[in-house]
Amino acid sequence: MPNLLDTHKIELRLAAVLIAIVVFLSLATDTFLTLGNITSLLNNNAVNLIWAVGLLVVLIAGGIDISFAVAASVVQYLAAQVFGWIGGGNWALGLLIAGSLGVLLGTLNAALIHGFKVVSIVITIATFNVFFGLLMFFTRGRNIYDLPDWWVDRIFIFEHQSAAGTWSELNLSVGVMIACVLVTGFLIKFTTLGRQLYAFGDNPEGARRAGVNIWTMQLVAYGWCGMMAGIGGLMQVNIAKEVIPNALYGRELEVLAAVVLGGARLGGGKGSVIGAILGVMFVAITQNGLNLLGISPFAFQMIIGATILVAISTSNISLDLRNWRVRP
Amino acid sequence: MRLKTRIDAAFGAETLPLVGFLIFVIAVFSVATPLFLTSANLGSMAFQMPVLGLLTLAMMVPILSGGLNLAIIYTANLSGLALAAVLIQFGGPEAGVGAFMLGALAAIAVGAASGAVMGWVIAYIGAHPILVSLAMMIFLRGLGEFLTRGGDISGFPDFMNTIGHGLVLGIPVPLIVFCLLAFVWHLMLNRTRHGYSVYMLGSNIRASEYSGLHTKRTLTLIYTISGVICAIAGILMAARFNSVRVGHGEALLLVTVLACFLGGVDPFGGFGRVLPVVVALMILQILSSGLNLIGANQHLSTAVWGLFLIGVMAIRWAVAKWLTRRIGAT
Amino acid sequence: MTEHSLALRLSGVSKTFGGVRALNAVDFEVRPGEVHCLAGENGCGKSTLIKIVTGVYAPDPGSTIEVFGEVQTQTNPRKSRAQGIAVIWQDLALFPHMTVAENIGFDEMVGGCPRLISRRSVRARAADVLNRLGVVLDLDMPLGALPIAQRQIVAIARALMGEARLVFMDEPTASLTQSETDGLLEVVRTLSAQGVAIVFVSHRLAEVLDISERVTVVRDGTLVGVFPTEGMTQARLGELMTGATLQSEVSARDQSTAAPVLELQDLTRAGEFEEVSLTIRKGEILGLTGLIGAGRTELAHAIIGMSRLNSGKMFLDGQMIQPASIRDAIKLGIAYVSEDRLSLGLIQPQSIADNTVMAVIDRLEDHTGLLNPAKSSSLVKKWITDLAIKTGNPSDPVSTLSGGNQQRVVLAKWLATEPKLLILDSPTVGVDVGARAGIFRIVRQLAEQGLAILLISDEITEVLYNADRVLHMAHGRITEEVNPSETSVEELEAKIYA
Repeated sequence: MPNLLDTHKIELRLAAVLIAIVVFLSLATDTFLTLGNITSLLNNNAVNLIWAVGLLVVLIAGGIDISFAVAASVVQYLAAQVFGWIGGGNWALGLLIAGSLGVLLGTLNAALIHGFKVVSIVITIATFNVFFGLLMFFTRGRNIYDLPDWWVDRIFIFEHQSAAGTWSELNLSVGVMIACVLVTGFLIKFTTLGRQLYAFGDNPEGARRAGVNIWTMQLVAYGWCGMMAGIGGLMQVNIAKEVIPNALYGRELEVLAAVVLGGARLGGGKGSVIGAILGVMFVAITQNGLNLLGISPFAFQMIIGATILVAISTSNISLDLRNWRVRP
Repeated sequence: MRLKTRIDAAFGAETLPLVGFLIFVIAVFSVATPLFLTSANLGSMAFQMPVLGLLTLAMMVPILSGGLNLAIIYTANLSGLALAAVLIQFGGPEAGVGAFMLGALAAIAVGAASGAVMGWVIAYIGAHPILVSLAMMIFLRGLGEFLTRGGDISGFPDFMNTIGHGLVLGIPVPLIVFCLLAFVWHLMLNRTRHGYSVYMLGSNIRASEYSGLHTKRTLTLIYTISGVICAIAGILMAARFNSVRVGHGEALLLVTVLACFLGGVDPFGGFGRVLPVVVALMILQILSSGLNLIGANQHLSTAVWGLFLIGVMAIRWAVAKWLTRRIGAT
Repeated sequence: MTEHSLALRLSGVSKTFGGVRALNAVDFEVRPGEVHCLAGENGCGKSTLIKIVTGVYAPDPGSTIEVFGEVQTQTNPRKSRAQGIAVIWQDLALFPHMTVAENIGFDEMVGGCPRLISRRSVRARAADVLNRLGVVLDLDMPLGALPIAQRQIVAIARALMGEARLVFMDEPTASLTQSETDGLLEVVRTLSAQGVAIVFVSHRLAEVLDISERVTVVRDGTLVGVFPTEGMTQARLGELMTGATLQSEVSARDQSTAAPVLELQDLTRAGEFEEVSLTIRKGEILGLTGLIGAGRTELAHAIIGMSRLNSGKMFLDGQMIQPASIRDAIKLGIAYVSEDRLSLGLIQPQSIADNTVMAVIDRLEDHTGLLNPAKSSSLVKKWITDLAIKTGNPSDPVSTLSGGNQQRVVLAKWLATEPKLLILDSPTVGVDVGARAGIFRIVRQLAEQGLAILLISDEITEVLYNADRVLHMAHGRITEEVNPSETSVEELEAKIYA
């Protein structure tokens, strides 16, 4: 039986901490473990989860992408234009278009990184600014309200009315999120492509010698991240009912921190969908808990940041397999 | 020895082409708008560049060591916050020079502390600099927003205007501060044990350890010093804007990275000098002011920065390829 | 079933790059199930040969290559692997974060369309392969958690999973202990018995003789000959590889009246060395030799404070010492020139000058606390002259120097610390024959000036002809002391390979 403790130490540890937090919050407040709260948690984090699994693939492949949140905004804007031209559309078309536009933007990153042999952080800092600058320039910073009905109407995949008459529901973005998570998980765990991605992130030279196509790896990694960015952006509009150009600015860092918390290595070769989900939910539940406990919202980021710092630092102690320090 | 070889040896091979590019850019904007070569504009550029310059110095040494410091902007602003807090304690606009000195010390302490924490985690725990500085960035941003409730802190004494907007012998005070610190940086990198260690461990940290260099101490110091100069940038920003806000200068993060790479710093560490980076800063400031003068939208400028960074990396790639082809042929 | 008479047959294979003839009408034969060594100095053409066989390069016209009886006209790495040829380079090209089973089964993940994988079947087949090798490993352990010797086994298993019938291994015993080497040889013998041919590529004399049955010697791209290793001596092999008669003069001097510099008393570190005691006197060169992996480098690491001892005492100039780091060792006056010059001894992209001053940078400050460029450049100049380092400009990257000159820079760096004890670990690996003599001339001079020197080397001739006394270390213990003037290379070799 595969020894999970060796290969999935971080995920197990995070799960344990998360369970502890959940237990604590269930006891400390009477609002945490309610259907209403849980469904609302899922609704609010569906987009983050979609982005997280996209970013996960990039991290596994040994890269980093901080342009995806802004890319999502660009996709929102472009998609709105497209739907305007074709005069309507539907969810299937919407997902297709958003996904494709996202892939396009991701391919741009991949091409620059591969073509000019530049580190991904530098290229994605650059594309981040190009996307954001151009987006704000063309939208003049204004929101877009005039959107097709199918896009902004609420669709629920689950509804429940409590005895007291309050409704709890899960909206479509949760459904899309589940699909994205499953497909990504399937890709990285059960296909040869996924295995090549892990290998490429772990030891690019070794992968190259084994015959792995480097360009394909870059394309799949950044393309997938772009696709998830686009789909996430599409769902975000369904939640917000508007295209707000600068709404997503800055969210990439939280997602990155969460995915790394969940076990993805910045150097590549490691990470799992479960870990990414745990990471995002950890941040979300902590924030939710702080809120329910009545702690000032201004303190959230600070506490989250400190937690992440501590977590990143402590997780590195046992996990640097190539530790070259003086032997004990 | 030919003059070019001597200049290259003294200042680095990147400097001459950069100076050439600087002259080119000045020429282009002088032609594009009559507002460029005015004392008003030159003065404005001379006042604006130093903050960017100090932040770039803060980014430069971590990059030389093979890392990155994503927390520089929030370190600067949080240090500014410390200064503001002290000033307000001592009466706000009525605060005296003594209070300012105390506040400045507090600011530097804050900057040094945040840098030291990052440096320690990177050096002794071995965590990746990008992640550590990212986490610190999130934390500092959060801390700042918590303390300021997201707003501005203002109400500073008048004498701070001399720091932010004053002239000494016709030269803007911020520019003097920057030039001094740039010179200190040059000395530090070229003539101190610490600077030497930075280059060596940036190139190959294991071999440096093997030869007896104190890499852990050096790494910690790198980020601590980076934090200190962020604090000075924060003080300067407070003096220039007469207020402190957590998000001041957010967009400058990219520009500091751009200035370093444009100035010839190797993204993987081990190579880079102060003078070409300063020339690069001048080029970027001219681009920014020039674009502003010809009426380009601020957001368009942001996009231009990004394209510029891509362009710089593309050129470096092309040059590297051309050079290896030349060597291969001989 | 027809048995191919030869696994590999190269006939008249040549390769020219630009104007340079890297291989000159080389013949090379490997029998199925044979353990064969392809030996030669660095740059003799061994790697080029492998790359031609695996299709990375195309040979010049007129070359004949037969793989398992089939004449090969055009090939590439994928085809070559399909034919049953595998190459295990020294860096192993494995994936540290993937499990053992995933590593073994990786090559099937490449090529063709993206498709589903069955993790269970991959794991089962990996288990099969390990069985065939007679090795037990935890299939689900991340590879990076394994020691190098076991990772090597995984690399071999991976080759085997690809149904390799001919495996090239590049310097396989470089970082193994003696028992690990034995373990590797067990596996190799198992493979050999199953009809898989193994070709070791090496320039290390001890390794060549330890592990193979036949050796093909290549020199400057030309075939020198094919010889059985039984009865071959290191000296003869060295001559064949370098084409020069190696130094054959004993230069031992009696230093027994000099003051002791380093004294080790019963040093023990579990699993590496046991109860090692020795004394090195002022001006003495003490040689330390033995089979690969006998614990010598581990001992050196303990002396310089890189690893901690379980028991025993160390004395330098009569004072007890307990260095806890390399910095401590430098301060005490102990300098260690490691075997790995390329990535540990030097920082290749940095300048010759910067590399030279690295260990003494804190002594180059003047009263202002700033580094004094004049001090530093005169130090560099001194060492370039003293050690006759051939270089144009000290600010050129050290990577522009030849192997021998690079080694002199490493020496300069350590000598600049003004050590009392200099430990040289395999100092001439990767250095040409002509350059070796020069380096040992320097070492002799240093000894004459009073430096105590510990010379660790696999190569018996090197140790016997340059040291004043020689210690034989086996299985972590000092087994005997030998006086070079009273023995011969053959005698010592017989004892070591006994």
